[in-house]
Amino acid sequence: MSESRRDFLASAGKLLLLTGPAALAFDFVVSGRAQVAPGYSAREHWWGMLIDIEVCIGCGKCVKACKEENGVPEGPYFRTWVERYHVAGGVSEHPDVDSPNGGLDGFRERYRAGDGAKSFFVPKLCNHCATSPCVQVCPVGATFESPDGVVLVDKDYCLGCRYCVQACPYGCRFIDPRTNTVDKCSLCYHRITKGLTTACCEVCPTGARQLVDLKDPKDPVHEFLRTHKVQVLKPQLATGSKAYYNGLDGSVR
Amino acid sequence: MNGPLRHARHLIRVAALFVGLFVVFLFAKAALVPKDFGLYGHYRPSALAANTTRELSYAGRAACVDCHSDVEESRKGSKHARIGCEACHGPLARHAADPGAQAPVKPDPRAFCLGCHAQNVARPATFKQVDAEHAQGEPCSTCHGPHAPEKGPKP
Repeated sequence: MSESRRDFLASAGKLLLLTGPAALAFDFVVSGRAQVAPGYSAREHWWGMLIDIEVCIGCGKCVKACKEENGVPEGPYFRTWVERYHVAGGVSEHPDVDSPNGGLDGFRERYRAGDGAKSFFVPKLCNHCATSPCVQVCPVGATFESPDGVVLVDKDYCLGCRYCVQACPYGCRFIDPRTNTVDKCSLCYHRITKGLTTACCEVCPTGARQLVDLKDPKDPVHEFLRTHKVQVLKPQLATGSKAYYNGLDGSVR
Repeated sequence: MNGPLRHARHLIRVAALFVGLFVVFLFAKAALVPKDFGLYGHYRPSALAANTTRELSYAGRAACVDCHSDVEESRKGSKHARIGCEACHGPLARHAADPGAQAPVKPDPRAFCLGCHAQNVARPATFKQVDAEHAQGEPCSTCHGPHAPEKGPKP
């Protein structure tokens, strides 16, 4: 052997560095087009939602439609809900927030005009984070980020351990009392893979909620994001949230 | 037997036990973990397809317009033109598949309108809102056809 120990170590080191990217590339090739439904290739989409607080009227149609479409149990279980914020004095670390029955039946007037506060509605749903805290804590791989950017639950695999319910910084998960497994917004995966929009977007009368495909260059979302001041919830957590809020006030948590 | 290998038999037994348990673990893992687990990430790829199987409740606006293009036409240019049909008429996927199977909801011409248009300070100021006196007890549809409210009552 003419190879010295030094040469050997150097080439072994190079090989070791290459295995990571090589393994990733191999995985990508093996996973292919990720065909999850007829005529739908997951790798060609990257879903998110655009929420325009400026035009939300708090009618609660989204909440009702979501329950209907996804068979969400009766009572205090929501995949999407609407909150009403009331910020006294205009600036507040402690806004008054209410969401009677998730906003499903709308909001009774509670405040009077000209009380010096600002008031607005904020629809909430799973933020479909690209690096989700909830996915990271699942011990069995029963929740995951799909190749098209939707955080989904494998209901047959879920143990109901509730780790993810605690991990979600946005409070978007609950335990379904019928199955004792976790449930959450699936971004109407059964609809978007058929070319339809989500149930909540379908019924939103003001266009305050819009399903967006960030991989589709023709989606109007790109123009909207360029021309508006848009924010995600809790950006300091770096969750890679894909629920973009227009007109988001600093008091919203 | 003396010397350093005095207790070798004990060690070999323990080592054999470890190897045996490891082999059992490998068999159990091969049997219990689905074959394609981890293909796209740390999950079962079949869960993707499972999430797509749910039946629709809402047919989607395009399905409504397929038959009811006249209604679509009457709403053009109106402030209500962009609203999905099922926002007011309820989920109608079964109706879209078979019109006789499910009848569209005809919403109450007063209470339902107020769901969006009742005065509320949290609503955007530019959004049309009415107080209790505005209608003077009449249903909204007396003056405003729901499909195009600014064009007067429904013909």
